Amino acid sequence: MIRLSPQDCELLNRIQSDFPLDSHPFATIADQLGMSEAAVLARLQELEQAGAISRFGAVFTPNVAGASTLVALAIPEEDIEQTAELVNAMAGVNHNYLREHRYNLWFVITGRDRTELDDRLRHIQQAAPYPMLDLPMEQPYHIDLGFAL
Amino acid sequence: MSDSASRPETAEPIERQIVTALQGGLPITRHPYRQLSQQLGIDEDELLQRMQQMLDEGIIRRIGVVPNHYALGYRYNLMVVWDIEDTAVDAVGAAIGELDYVSHCYRRPRQPGWPYNLFAMVHGKSRDEVDGKIEQLREYVGAGYRGHTALKSSRILKKTGLRLRPGET
Repeated sequence: MIRLSPQDCELLNRIQSDFPLDSHPFATIADQLGMSEAAVLARLQELEQAGAISRFGAVFTPNVAGASTLVALAIPEEDIEQTAELVNAMAGVNHNYLREHRYNLWFVITGRDRTELDDRLRHIQQAAPYPMLDLPMEQPYHIDLGFAL
Repeated sequence: MSDSASRPETAEPIERQIVTALQGGLPITRHPYRQLSQQLGIDEDELLQRMQQMLDEGIIRRIGVVPNHYALGYRYNLMVVWDIEDTAVDAVGAAIGELDYVSHCYRRPRQPGWPYNLFAMVHGKSRDEVDGKIEQLREYVGAGYRGHTALKSSRILKKTGLRLRPGET
């Protein structure tokens, strides 16, 4: 487990959202935090190397650039490994998790539109004929601005 | 702002190319946008303006880092699903979606054998910590409560950002 100093938390919390859209963004961040730009860059590069940062960049809004849904499958224990691999390899699948429940495999699947999504779900049901939930988002209640560390 | 006519004709509009390039992430360097603009063959100013427009239009939700919560010790990540009266679900969702320990909160349709219509992701460093948070959530839910269950993630099999291949819209 990677341990963060209070200054690391301050830095990561500051840049989870509202990252400056200008030519020299880390200098702006450094000014706000009373650090030097070189120190900010060096620490973030270290944290990235250590695996503390999943990614840096733009987070896109779901269902604006296409269609997506949350899918759950209830897979018998002995078939989980094989089915999980198969699902992972399918086009449009991301955020694939095993969860402790009768519905034990949970993933998000994306497509160009709902028609392509339905094709992909049919394909999954052919390869993995287990009880399936198709749970598209109807309403978000949270503006995802990151998660306070 | 440079004009798209000054670039060679490509099948893909520049907005689409920017989305695709951004999905690879930005470098942690002094001029991250400049590097990306060079890769795309456009001016840095044009890239900044187009990204600002995508933010304004809601195509980009945010720009920043996504920490690896699991590596930082948040080992208990629960999807808490609630069965809430239809008339109360929007008010409950708005209230718990604002809590700082809830990272995502969505309404989704019920299904046969699946009565839950509200999903909230809760993260913590110990089982006790997340159980305490779920207890607090229960109090926010109030009179519209009909049931809930919490699904712990036992393994992450794949975690990527939203990835679209060129050509997908």
